[in-house]
Amino acid sequence: MMDFSTPPYLLQERISVRRVMVQVLLALLPGVAAYVWLIGPGIVVQLVIATLTALAGEALMLGLRRKPLALFLSDGSAIVTAWLIALSFPPLAPWWLIVVGTLLAIVVAKHLYGGLGQNPFNPAMVAFAACIVSFPALMSQWPALGLKLGFLEQLQIIAGLAPRIDVMSGATPLDALKTALKLSDGSIDVPTLLATQEVFGNFAGRGWEWVAGGYLLGGLYLWQRKLISWHAPFGFILGLSLLAAALWAWNPQQFANPLFHLFSGGALLGAFFIVTDPVSGCTTPKGKLIFGLLAGLLAYIIRVFGGFPDGVAFAVLLMNLCVPLIDMYSQPPVFGLKDEP
Amino acid sequence: MLQRLFSFKGGVKPQTHKTPSVQEPIAIAPLPSRLYVPLHQSIGGAANPLVEVGERVRKGQVIGGADAWLSAAAHASTSGTVLAIEEHLAAHPSGLPTLSVVIEPDGRDEWVERTPLDHRSLPPEQVREALRDAGVVGLGGAVFPSHAKLTTAAGVAVEELVINGAECEPYMSCDDVLMRERAEEIVRGIAIFRDLLAARQVLIGIEDNKPEAVAAMQQAVEQVGEDYQVVAVPTRYPAGGAKQLIRVLTGKEVPASKRSTELGVQCFNVATVYSAYRALAFGEPVISRIVTLAGNLERPRNWEVRLGTPLRDLLALGRPKADTDRYLMGGPMMGFALPSLDAPVVKASNCIIAASPTMFAPSPPEMPCIRCGACAEVCPHELQPFELYWFSRARNFGKTQEYHLFDCIECGCCSYVCPSHIPLVQYFRFAKSEIWSREREKNGADAAKARFELRNAREEREQAEKAARLAKGAAARAAEKQARAVVAVEPATADSAADSAADSAVSVASPPLKPVDAPAPVAAIAPASPAPPEAPAPELDAEAIKKATIVAAMERARAQRAAVQPRNTDQLTVEQKRQLAAVDARRAALQAEELEEAAERGAARASVETPKQVEKQGRTAE
Repeated sequence: MMDFSTPPYLLQERISVRRVMVQVLLALLPGVAAYVWLIGPGIVVQLVIATLTALAGEALMLGLRRKPLALFLSDGSAIVTAWLIALSFPPLAPWWLIVVGTLLAIVVAKHLYGGLGQNPFNPAMVAFAACIVSFPALMSQWPALGLKLGFLEQLQIIAGLAPRIDVMSGATPLDALKTALKLSDGSIDVPTLLATQEVFGNFAGRGWEWVAGGYLLGGLYLWQRKLISWHAPFGFILGLSLLAAALWAWNPQQFANPLFHLFSGGALLGAFFIVTDPVSGCTTPKGKLIFGLLAGLLAYIIRVFGGFPDGVAFAVLLMNLCVPLIDMYSQPPVFGLKDEP
Repeated sequence: MLQRLFSFKGGVKPQTHKTPSVQEPIAIAPLPSRLYVPLHQSIGGAANPLVEVGERVRKGQVIGGADAWLSAAAHASTSGTVLAIEEHLAAHPSGLPTLSVVIEPDGRDEWVERTPLDHRSLPPEQVREALRDAGVVGLGGAVFPSHAKLTTAAGVAVEELVINGAECEPYMSCDDVLMRERAEEIVRGIAIFRDLLAARQVLIGIEDNKPEAVAAMQQAVEQVGEDYQVVAVPTRYPAGGAKQLIRVLTGKEVPASKRSTELGVQCFNVATVYSAYRALAFGEPVISRIVTLAGNLERPRNWEVRLGTPLRDLLALGRPKADTDRYLMGGPMMGFALPSLDAPVVKASNCIIAASPTMFAPSPPEMPCIRCGACAEVCPHELQPFELYWFSRARNFGKTQEYHLFDCIECGCCSYVCPSHIPLVQYFRFAKSEIWSREREKNGADAAKARFELRNAREEREQAEKAARLAKGAAARAAEKQARAVVAVEPATADSAADSAADSAVSVASPPLKPVDAPAPVAAIAPASPAPPEAPAPELDAEAIKKATIVAAMERARAQRAAVQPRNTDQLTVEQKRQLAAVDARRAALQAEELEEAAERGAARASVETPKQVEKQGRTAE
C-alpha cells in the first residue's frame, strides 16, 4: 500500500529539540570552564548531581504521566534545566539542596504543569526562588575567597562530610557590596569598597566576572547560531544597565556602575540562558524585547533594594506571569495587512 | 535597466535537486493505450460531458463543456473512440474517483478543426470565453481558470503583470525547460494577458538558479521586440508563490482578503501563458502539459504528456529505481503522495517525484511545541504558526481566524523548520476545513430557519384569512338581515360595511351599520394596478402584493439554499451523484408544488369573491 504521509516531505536536516538543547549545553561550557578554573572543580560535582536528579525526576514523571520515556528523556531539556540550577546555586551547596531544587524544577515547575513546552514559569528560576525562600542561609553561603580548596575537599563539603562553618564565611560580590554599604551607613563609598575589598576583581566580583564573561561568550554563540534572537538578551542588558547607569550617574558613591551589575550575580547567565527560554518567555520579537527590558529593570530593583542577594530569578518569574498579556499586545503585523490598525 | 527588487520575510532554502531533470530537452511522451481524461480538472465547476460512449472524438474536441463562469472545458487529447464515461481514480490525495472520459486512441492523432484567433481583433469578453473553452487554467498547480483572473477590479488600473517563472519547489523543472525551449511562445502569449488587463508593465520573475531560462527569456523578449523585463529573483522558497513573487517584483503585498487586481497587479505562470498562446494563435486547446519526472529514477526528465495519460505509463519512461516506495505529485514541499499510479496526468500535474525512504526520511515523532518561534521566522506571510497550532489543537477556531489562519498559503516552511517535527500545515488544513464545514452548517441552519419562519407566517396568514372569510360571511348575513329589517337604509351601504369587515379581521367587532366608504382608501394603496371591470380591483391588488411577498420570500429562501454548498460533493461516486440528483428533483418538485399551492390559493380566493360579487351586483339590480 502506498504511503499517506503528509507534506512537506522534505524536512530540514539536523533539526530537533535535542539538537537545540545540546547547543544550549555547549554554549554553557565556556562559563563552566571559567567556573572550574576560577572557583573550583566542585561545580562539576554539582552539575553531575543535578543532571542525574533531573533525569530521575523526569523519568519518574514521564512514567506517571504515561509518556514515551526514551523520546522525552533524550530531548535534553531536563539536563539544561539541571545545569542552570547547578550554575545558579552556591558552588558548595550541600548535595541535597541541589537535589531538592532540581526536583522542584522538574517535578513541580515542569511536569505538574504538563511537561515540555507547557510550563508557564522557568523551572530553574522556580527552583532558585523556592530554595532561597526556604533555605536562606544555605543559599547565601558562598565560599570565602582566597580559600583554594582541592576537588576532594570540595566534594567532602558538598557531600556533607566536612564541616561547613569554617569555609563558608563568604558572600557573593553583590551581597558583599550591599552588606558593606548597609553596615557602614554612608561612611564608606562604593568606589572605595570595590577598590579595597578582596571579593571584588577588576570590574565585578573576583573570578565571577570571568565566569559571567564565559556566559556572554556562550550567549553570543547561541545568537550567532540563530538559536536565540537578540531581543530578549538585549532588552535585559539594556534594562539592567539603564537603571544602574541612571542611579550611578546620580550618586556614584552609593551605587555601583552598570558594568559591575552586568558581570555580577546571575545577570549574564540570565540574559542569555534564562530570559531566552522560549517556553516561559514571550514569543514575538517586540514581546521578547519588552520581556527582557522589564526583567532587567526588575532584577536591578530587587538585587539593589530588595532583601535577596540577587534579583534575576524573581524578576524572571514575575515577567513569566506577564507573557500572555505582552504577547497579545505585541503581535506583529501580517503580510498584506500592515496598513490596517 | 535594473529592476528594484523587494524581499519577502521568511522562507527557507532547501536543496533544489533540479539539475538531474534538466540534462535532456523536453521529450514527447508516447501515446498510451488508454486515456482517462477527468472532466473536472480546474478550480470551480466540473465540466459536463458532451460526448457519448462509442462516439469517435478527434484530438482537441471538447468532451466536457465549462459548467459555469468559474469552470473550464475539457478536451480529447488524441483522436479515438470514447470507451466509457465513468468514475476513475483521480490524482488527488483523497484517492476518490472522478467522472472521466476513457478514450481508446486510434493512433491517427487527428486534430479537430482548429481556428486561430487574434485576441486584438476580438472583444475582451470573447477572448475570455475562448480561453475558458480552450481549458486554459493555472498550470503552476493551482488550476484556477485563467479567464476568471482577467478582469480588472473596478477603478483600479493594472500597473504590473507578473509572469511567474520562479519555480521554487525543489525537484520541479517543467517551467525551467519550457522557458529554455519555448521562450518565444511564452513572450508572445504574454501579450494576450497584458492586453486584456491593459497592464502598464510586464515583469517576468525567474529564480536566479535558472540562468539558462533567464537568458532564453531575455533573448525572446528582445527578438519579439517587447518591453518586458526579465528579472532574476533570489532563490528562496517560496519565491514562486504568486503573492511572494508579486511582493519581490512590485513591493505590493496581497492579503488573503483581497484579489491582486484590487492592488493593480496580476500574476500568471509561464506554462499558463504558453498554453493560452497555443490556444489562441493555433486554436489548440490545453490537451497536454510539461511534466517533470524526478527523484529516484534512472532517467529523470521533462516530458510533454497528453492529459489523461495514466501515471503508470508515464513513470515507466523514467524507470523508477527498485527502492522507490511512493510517488508524489507536485513538489516535496506542497505536493501529496499519489494514492495509486492508475490516476492520470491532469492539468495540475507539474511534477511527479519517485521517492524512497532514503530520499525523504520519515518524519521523526511529533514532540510538544516549545514555542521557539522558528516557524514564525520562516513564515512568508508573517504569521505566528505556533499560535495557530495551539488554537487549532484546542479547536479554538475563532482565535485561529483572529490570528489570520486564512492568510496561510500552506507552503510548509513552518513544518520544514520545526524542531519538534510538528506537521503544522496539517493542523492548519484541519482548522480551515472545520471552519468551512461549520460555516456551511450555519448557512444550512439559517436557510432552515428561514423556511420554518416562512411556513409559520403562511399558516398564521391562512388562519387569519379563514377568520376573515368567516367574519365576512357573518357580517354579510348580519347586513342582509338588517337590510331586510331596516328598509330606509341603502343596500349598498350595508354591502360596503361587509366589505370593510372582510378587509380587516378586527372589524368583526365594528358596528355593522357604520357608514364607511371602504373602497377608496384600499384603492389608494395600489392605484397603478389595472382593474378588471368585473372583479373588485383593490381586493385583487392587495392579494397580488401578498402573493408577490410570498414569492419573494420563497425566492430568498431558495437563493439561501442554493448558496449552501453541500459538503464533500467534489468527489462523488456515480451512485452518490444519482442519489443527489434524485433528492434535488424531489426538492424541486416540492418547491414547484408550494408555488402552485400559493397560486391556487390566490385563484381560489378570487373565485370566492366572485359569487359575492355576483350577489352584490344582483342586489344592486334589485
